[in-house]
Amino acid sequence: MTNMNKQYNRRNFIKYLSGAAVASSAMLSACKKAMSGESSGIDEEASDGSMTYRINPNTNDRVSLLGYGMMRLPELPKPEDAPDHQPAEFDQEMINQQVDYALEHGVNYFDTSPAYCRGLSERCTGIALSRHDRKSYYIATKMSNFWPGSWTTEASKEMFEKSLRELQVDYIDYLLLHAIGGSSRDADGNQLSSWETFEARYMNNGILDWLVEQKQAGRIRNLGFSYHGDVKVFDQLLQWHDEGRYHWDFVQIELNYLDWFYADEINPSNTDAVYLYGELEKRGIPAVIMEPLLGGRLARVTDEIAAKLKQRDPDHSIATWAFRFAGTPQGVLTVLSGMTFMEHLVENVATYSPLHPISDDEHEFLMQIAEEIFGMKTVPCNECQYCMPCPYGVNIPAIFSHYNKCIRDGYIKQSNLDPAYRTARRAFLIGYDRAVPRLRQADHCIGCGQCATHCPQQIDIPGELHRIDEYVEELKRAGGPL
Amino acid sequence: MKTHWLIIIRRTLALVSLLAITWLFVDFTGSAQHHVGFLAKWQFLPAVLALNVSVILALLLLTRVFGRIYCSVVCPLGILQDLLAHLHIRIGNTNKKKKIGHRYSYSPEVKWLRYSMLVLFIIALVAGVGSIVALLAPYSSFGRIAANLFKPIYEFANNILADRSAEAGNFDYYHVDIWVRSVPVLIISASTLLILTILAILGGRTYCNTICPVGTVLSFISRFSLLKINFDADKCRNCSACSKACKASCIDYKNHTVDYSRCVVCGNCLEACKFGALKYDLPKMHKLNKEQSSTEPSSPSRRAFLATSAMLTTAVVTTKAQKTVDGGLAAIEPKAPAKRSTPITPPGSLSAKHLAQHCTACQLCIAQCPNHVLRPSTDNWLTAMQPVMSYERGYCRPECTRCSNVCPTGAIRHISPEEKASTQIGHAVWNREQCVVLTDAVECGNCATHCPSQAITMVPLNLDEPLSPMIPAVNESRCIGCGACEYVCPARPSAIHVEGHEVHGVI
Repeated sequence: MTNMNKQYNRRNFIKYLSGAAVASSAMLSACKKAMSGESSGIDEEASDGSMTYRINPNTNDRVSLLGYGMMRLPELPKPEDAPDHQPAEFDQEMINQQVDYALEHGVNYFDTSPAYCRGLSERCTGIALSRHDRKSYYIATKMSNFWPGSWTTEASKEMFEKSLRELQVDYIDYLLLHAIGGSSRDADGNQLSSWETFEARYMNNGILDWLVEQKQAGRIRNLGFSYHGDVKVFDQLLQWHDEGRYHWDFVQIELNYLDWFYADEINPSNTDAVYLYGELEKRGIPAVIMEPLLGGRLARVTDEIAAKLKQRDPDHSIATWAFRFAGTPQGVLTVLSGMTFMEHLVENVATYSPLHPISDDEHEFLMQIAEEIFGMKTVPCNECQYCMPCPYGVNIPAIFSHYNKCIRDGYIKQSNLDPAYRTARRAFLIGYDRAVPRLRQADHCIGCGQCATHCPQQIDIPGELHRIDEYVEELKRAGGPL
Repeated sequence: MKTHWLIIIRRTLALVSLLAITWLFVDFTGSAQHHVGFLAKWQFLPAVLALNVSVILALLLLTRVFGRIYCSVVCPLGILQDLLAHLHIRIGNTNKKKKIGHRYSYSPEVKWLRYSMLVLFIIALVAGVGSIVALLAPYSSFGRIAANLFKPIYEFANNILADRSAEAGNFDYYHVDIWVRSVPVLIISASTLLILTILAILGGRTYCNTICPVGTVLSFISRFSLLKINFDADKCRNCSACSKACKASCIDYKNHTVDYSRCVVCGNCLEACKFGALKYDLPKMHKLNKEQSSTEPSSPSRRAFLATSAMLTTAVVTTKAQKTVDGGLAAIEPKAPAKRSTPITPPGSLSAKHLAQHCTACQLCIAQCPNHVLRPSTDNWLTAMQPVMSYERGYCRPECTRCSNVCPTGAIRHISPEEKASTQIGHAVWNREQCVVLTDAVECGNCATHCPSQAITMVPLNLDEPLSPMIPAVNESRCIGCGACEYVCPARPSAIHVEGHEVHGVI
């Protein structure tokens, strides 16, 4: 039975790859390499009604295809008289419930970071998971030493030790160098390139070597990295892998049907997922997938796109398409989803219990959908909050979210000759004040650029805010009462 | 009893007029000005200050023909008092047998008070003591009450609808900020309303016939009006019903005389008289009534006020913190109004002097300002309550000329957006101690980015240094003083603020 499945899946995999290859010649070469390359060693078991698992060839971990991202944890309602900068408390009871549900339904991979959720994600995750047998789950956390103050050896080591304490464990299953490929500024405010940043964070302080030691000592079971941004760093790290200088047990990349071919076109400093995945596949490195839904953007689509997706599959939600896409490649170990609400969890568990892989036809169909979404020119913000808090109080993700919503709803009109201009103007401006308090709107961005170095999507945040601000100004100057 | 036709007409007109002008004051969307903006311009004192000859002549002619119906159907404060007088049913009167409108009594005209108030008013007007003008003028008093007391209630109700609308995901209603523009003016407005309520309950139109300068001016003409309330002494049985119904206390039933200088042609006496002794028609005998002043009527207590206080305002700011984790919002600190050596007056007001001489401090421009820029001044007692500008909640946006559209007195003259774009009401001043470029060592330039007249250029502080901080250079000759720079400045207090110009210039 297992064998048959194996064969079926292998066949399917080849079909899938060749289907994708038709669409891109760049892909074609990657596919050939992938196909002629060594087997990834990743396997899958699937039977009706239960979670699909993939095997990590390094440690033989049997990892659920759905991984729980602990980046968007549920919050309790804020007291009504609380000032808007006072953060809401996390809803630990709900976190526990959702973690319990996930474990019961076969989810066993939990991904967190010392930086997530205003620095509280590890603690909340630790509280929820420590109520269960340590063998029943895998924990992934990260070396999130982003700010220059954490670049010293001591501070970085302490970050790792603190992770263990917060998570209430004595070893980490999956440890990642967090978001390599980004640039930064040092303590004196000098701009560092992405490679200089990587060296400052992991090499000059000897932390990477120390982490390798920790792995040998059994305190880390798998060592890998997550990547956003400059592909040169990604390529260099894989070259080290080929040379045997460092061994990567897994790599976390962004993969979804929009980024498959369009990541590069949405933002030239990003790299198409088809390339990233291909590079991992041909080396047999298991891929952990983040942003399968682009922070929900692939669930919130225009009515036209929603209609097309539903016509093709009326029984499943729009988000299901994105999860099926991300889980289909065989080199994928697990697909992370930051599930804030129980209904997201229930739905995603169902989607992967078991996975129904995307067929060739469906792949092509999704590529057409991606083309349509790409054509809308939304700001590629996934509301991950990495840019926040803005030191000048601007609510960056809320502004982008409002702007994108207005694009999806057709409320962005370039010409005041458009008959719908008045309605669109009213909807945009009233909605803007509702979504973002005046003093946190784009006109208060001074362009200091602190946010830009933190954006995993490499969005030119000040530039985009100024662009939106100009649009708002244009709407306001169009005059007349709302 | 059948309501007299005159009362029906009067009440209908009065209600429509009061609702319309109240709408003008409470409306924040800017649509009321297009429909009922003229009502403010039909007010007597604003018309005089605006030298609006046609309106003045029309009002005088109206009074010459019909008597002081202006006070009953045009003046919002008069109509408001008629409404307030009805409160006596609940509060004042314990004798249930007494009917509404049967509770006043005749009292002679208090000439010394009336005329001294008028003289005081004219002196204040000529001498430019706007605050006294504003305290005595009826339209200004109504404006204060409407803008400070009615408008917040209206906005509160709107905000409830706006919340519902937001929940429903439509854009029918939107949320507006409710804030106290000036505590002293709020207190003055509330006291004005309280005093008027007491006076109206006890004596009907006491204010109109002792304090109101417009009432006194109109009284000179209404004495000679063509149509007036005439006594038929043959029919009169001296029952006193007319005197008791007269809220102006102007009917002397014993001598069969009506003091037309005080009669506001409400028609209540016509209804009260069961014998048909009173008629509103052309006089059969033109006989001027003579009154003698002997007793002291209830004199209104002087509205005490003094203007010294800070505005309750909130605005942005932030503390720059080192970012170590993801998420959250920086706290925003309140932004206090900037201290200005010269106050800023709105575009169209020509100069501080012109504004002071023409403004009745009716608060209409302040109530209408959609950018929360205008508020009553409290610095100078002479011009207290007249509009002044500040930019901590917004700035004087280039497309908006609403205050100049609504001003009924010509204190803020009509101005087009194009004229406004070249009218210099002040200029921006940079304060190096506050600028984040130097204090936080960050790149900024938000002031330059948002300047609508491109008056600010970012220039290197030190020409020799290649990486010198870029600081804003204000070209005062291009700056119009709109305050965009001050509003968007991230520093607290703002590192750039506007100083007003006493006389507006043209760039």
